[in-house]
This record gives sequence, structure tokens and C-alpha cells, in this order.
Amino acid sequence: MSDTANAARAQVLDGIRRSLRRGPLAGPAREAVEARLAAPVRGPSVARARLPQPQKVALFCQWAETNNATVARVAPTEVAAEVSAYLARNNLPAQAAMAPSPLLDRYDWASQKMLALRRGRGEGDDQVSITGAFAGIAETGTLVTVSGPDHPVSLNLLPDTHVVVVREDDIVAGYEDVWARLRERYGKDVLPRTVNTITGPSRTGDIEQAMELGAHGPRRMHVLVVHE
Amino acid sequence: MQSTARDFKHNAGAALADANLQDSLAKLKVGFSERRRQAAERLPEFEALRDAARDIKNHALAHLDFYLEEFERKVTALGGHVHWAPTAEDARRIITELCRSVGARTIAKSKSMISEEIGINAHLEAAGIAPIETDLGEYIIQLRHEPPSHIIAPAVHLTKDQVAGTFVEHHGPLGFTRRLTERQDLVAEARHVLRQKFLDADVGLTGANFLVAETGSSMLVTNEGNADLSNTLPKMHIVLASIEKVIPTLEDAAVLLRVLARSATGQESSTYTTINTGPRRTGDLDGPAHYHVVILDNGRSSVLGTEMQDMLRCIRCGACMNHCPVYGAIGGHAYGWVYPGPIGSVLTPQLIGVEEASNLPNASTFCGRCESVCPVRIPLPGLMRHWREREFERHLTPKGVRQGLALWGFLARRPKLYRRVTGWANRVLALFGRGEGRYASLPLAAGWTRFRDFPAPPAGGTFHAQWARHGGARTRP
Repeated sequence: MSDTANAARAQVLDGIRRSLRRGPLAGPAREAVEARLAAPVRGPSVARARLPQPQKVALFCQWAETNNATVARVAPTEVAAEVSAYLARNNLPAQAAMAPSPLLDRYDWASQKMLALRRGRGEGDDQVSITGAFAGIAETGTLVTVSGPDHPVSLNLLPDTHVVVVREDDIVAGYEDVWARLRERYGKDVLPRTVNTITGPSRTGDIEQAMELGAHGPRRMHVLVVHE
Repeated sequence: MQSTARDFKHNAGAALADANLQDSLAKLKVGFSERRRQAAERLPEFEALRDAARDIKNHALAHLDFYLEEFERKVTALGGHVHWAPTAEDARRIITELCRSVGARTIAKSKSMISEEIGINAHLEAAGIAPIETDLGEYIIQLRHEPPSHIIAPAVHLTKDQVAGTFVEHHGPLGFTRRLTERQDLVAEARHVLRQKFLDADVGLTGANFLVAETGSSMLVTNEGNADLSNTLPKMHIVLASIEKVIPTLEDAAVLLRVLARSATGQESSTYTTINTGPRRTGDLDGPAHYHVVILDNGRSSVLGTEMQDMLRCIRCGACMNHCPVYGAIGGHAYGWVYPGPIGSVLTPQLIGVEEASNLPNASTFCGRCESVCPVRIPLPGLMRHWREREFERHLTPKGVRQGLALWGFLARRPKLYRRVTGWANRVLALFGRGEGRYASLPLAAGWTRFRDFPAPPAGGTFHAQWARHGGARTRP
């Protein structure tokens, strides 16, 4: 860090401490905040999502639809066929950019002779993308995706239509359960570059406060909830 | 941004006479505020979440230096960079240097009120770098060379038809010459025009709703996905955030997110909540190679530990302005600077000085609706009252008001005289004709009666007189 940068840093931190009338946190006061950081406290829990798993999945589907997504509940063997059928129902081309994910590769895409899949990141002119999801949040019908070699973020954003495959077992009650799963997978304090939580298609209320779908992200979101 | 807060009275008068603005503002009453009420009613835990949200922000503010240092440590460990900006000028210089370091020509900007506060756009343009606002509302007002009039809906002052006119003017040369009449067509056209700008941008500049100390992450909440394109496609992502945005953990973020969207637009959840942590990782197929966070103070640290500290809890949802009768009558531009409405009346005097902004804390009836809907329970009327007191202490209050207050103070301290004078005033007012229950004009009160009737005092004398007649004090427990 340059001298100017160091001086600026000290100026901000010292200004805060001067206003708080103390020096850098030390002793028991510091231990207390360190403990809070090490063992995060959950806020008031939201009752509506504290349900047995089947009802949790149903609540997820209900909220996803309320938030303008469409939902199909399918068996693993039906995933590829449902994607083809969805594209046909909506007069969309039978081609898609798909996340290079081992989880998605388990489905029988070869059975869909007409469906052309390209595996990789999203491009500006993609019509349709297919991705998995790290989790689903029942409380609000929200999907959670994490970036990585198996999930380029651009697939969530650039195409007009986003098809998301989420497993019933990955549907949890609220954000806090997602954080717990993230810590389990990536370790405490470590996150992938991007965690996206997505609730329905892109929208804007910027003209006369009326919500219109398809601002910059997908206009349509179709969620396949897979019973495995 | 150049302040016109001094001209508040003039601005407000012009706003009241602006028919397009009044049409747009009429929608506020049935738009965001009604949807907020419904969302709050759907969630039985909403009030408990508001308490928790207030406590989290208070805790973070009391340990702000600690959490900022933790945040910095985590960002650095993941290959990101943190820059400290004591002033707006420092932030402008840092951002411009960062843009130059990657030879940036265009920047995809996601809506950030702090970027308005530091006036970054004009500065970048002067340096030959083109900032492109990508939030639809911000994009519209950038084309119109207007400042935002609302912190979450920057173009809320405009009608659909005005937007259509702006698009014809600016998109016409690109081949979009038809004047659109439907909102969805306007949205689609802006999407099309901005898509290429995203793909071409060298830098993505976003704000942050929260900085998470635990993980060194910046969190962004949007409905459009523009912030996400801004932080995914360009080679550099710059986050501009002020010091009070830092919170301890992801669990704390969960509480704040639950009250933020519901308070702002009445949505159960905003469409996109994105957690960015550092630059692109090995093996990632997209994402920026460079991740920088600029932490701005700009006068905020001096508010800590004072009676005004509560203003730093603000999470910028806009509920206070959506529910404010004054904002609802005059819109955001009349306030004359970046932050309008009740929170603006509290922040602006702090950020640009009470001398410049002394009108704003007076632009309130103290009806208290703002405080009653604030997700982090900021006592906004109380804070505006503090500013009024400081204004009075510094002799900034206009002479007429000071004399009036002095006269009232003189009388209020002399109860017998006070009753005699009010009884006399009551009888004089009766002479002007109490019959209709109101006066269309009164001497010395033209400022009031020019726009509305003055209510007549009820028959039967002053409150004190009636109180005494009804047995008043004697029946008090």
C-alpha cells in the first residue's frame, strides 16, 4: 500500500475510533465481537417455511410461481423431455447453452434428438440457458446458484429464458440454511466468486412503479423440481 | 452534484405546479406504499425482524472499525483490493485511476446513490471515460441529464409518455424511431440498446447494499439483473460503498434482506440478491479478473457517537419517502440534492452542511409516518428536530420565524398572559366570521391562505376556557 493509501486508511479508521471515543478494540470487548463473528447468530426465524420436506417443496413451488416463474415437478428420467417440451410449448428454438455440470450430465439429454446443447458460458445472443441450482429457498421461492467451472454466472443473466433444474433434496427453508450448506461445501468464511439468489425472471418497476418482466436478465424462468 | 437545497421553497412551488410530476406522484400512494403494507401483513415476524435489523446495524456501528478491518482482511486474502476514501474527492481519484489502469473507455454502472453523492459521472467524463447507467430508471434520467428523484426509483417523477419521448430522441439515431406507448415495449427497447453496452464495457461499477465482514463479500440487491451483468461481464469490478454498509455475518444479512425488499417495493424478495467475493477464481468461465472495493467516509464517521448516529442505520429502502406527505406532494427534485424525502432531510445537512440544507429538516409536518415504516426504526422526526435546534442555535433560522418563536416563548412562559392573549385572539378571529368554519384570507397569514383555508377556532372560546368549563384539571387522576 502506498503512503497516501495508508494515510487514507488511518484517517478513516482513526476518525471512527475518535467518534466512538476509544482506541482499537482490545481485550474482552474484542473477544466478544470475534466470538459473534465466529459463531453467527440467526435472527427471528420465519415460521411459514418450517415445514416437513414435502410441504417445504410445495411452498417453494407456490412462491416461485407467485414470483412469475413456471414450475414443473418431474422424475430424473423426465428432465430432458420436459426441457424439450417446454421449449416447444413456448415456440422457442430447440437449442440451449447448458452449464458444464456433472449433475446436469446425469440426465438423458441424448434422448432428445432435436435438442442442440452447447456447454459453456453465456453469450449475448443466447436464447435459452439450462443450469442447475445449489439450493432452493422455500420461504420465497428463490433459487441459489454458485459460480464455478460447472456454473458460469453469465448463463443466469444473458439468455431470454433460463431453465433451472433443482433437486427436491436441495430445497431448504430460508437463507440461513443456504449459508450453512455453503460453509459445509466451501469452508467457514470462504465463498465462491458469486452466489446468486434469483427469485423469478428479471423485472423493473422503474416506469410508473408497474412491474414489467425482462429488464436485463431473463424474461422467463422455468424451474424443474426433480424428485430423486 | 450541485445542491439547490437553498432554493427548496422555490423548488417546491414549481413542483406543485408541474402537472406531469403530480400525475406521477399520485401513483406513489397506491404503488410502493400499499404493496409494502400487504407484504408486512403477510409476514407475522415482520416487526420482530425490524427490531433485529435495528439491533444488527447498531452493533455494527458500535464496532465499525473492527468490522471494516475484518472485511478488508478477507477481501485481500482472496485477491481483491480495498481502497479507503476519506472524502468524495479521494473516491473520485481512486476510481478514475483504477479505470485508467485497465485502459477503460466505457463503464457499465449499476445504480449507486453514493456515486451520485460523489458526482463520479461528470468526473469520469472529464477524464475521457464514458459511464453508462444500466438501471432502467438511472438510464432514463442519464439521457435526460436529470438527477434521480427517488433512491430506489430514480425516474419515478416521469410518466410513461415522457419516457417514450426521451427514447425517441435518443434511440432514434440507432434506428428506433417509433414512439412507444406500452411500458413493456419501452423496457424491451432499453434492454436491447443496453445489452451491447454491457458486452462492450471494460469496467463494472456498482454500489453495495451490504458489505459482509465474515466473508469479505459485497452484496447487491436488484430487480433488473443490471448489477449482475455489471459485475460479471467486464474485466474489472469496482464496488463503491460507504463505511456504514458493513455488517458482521451472512446471518445478519438474512435479517436485513427480509426487511429491505418488503419495505422498498413490497416484494417478498428482490429478484436478484448477489454476493460477490473477490475476483474470478481458477477454473471459472466468467467473472472479472480484478475486484476492488472503495470504502467512502465523506463525513459519516463524525456522526458516530453523536445524537445523530441513528441516521447511519439507513439501508436505503425508500419507504420513508414513499410514505411522506411532503415527498408525495413535491417529489424528490425539490429537495435539491442526492437524497430526498425524510432520510434526505436528515442526511443532507450532515453531508453538505446545515447552512446549505437548513430548509430540509423544516420540510416536515412531523406526522411520523416515516418513522413508523422505517425497517431499521430510525427516529426520523427526532433527527429532523435536532437539525432544527442546531439551525436555531447557529442563528440560521429566518428572522421572522425567530421573532415569532421568541414571542411565543415569551407568552408560553407566562400562563396568565398567554390565556389572556389567546382569548383575545379567539374573539378577534370570531369577528372575521366563524360562520363557515374557515377563512379564505386572513391578515398576516397570506402564506397559508393563498393555497388553503385557515380553520376557524370552534365556538366556545379557547381550549383552556373549554377545558376549565368541562371541569378539566379537577377530574385529573
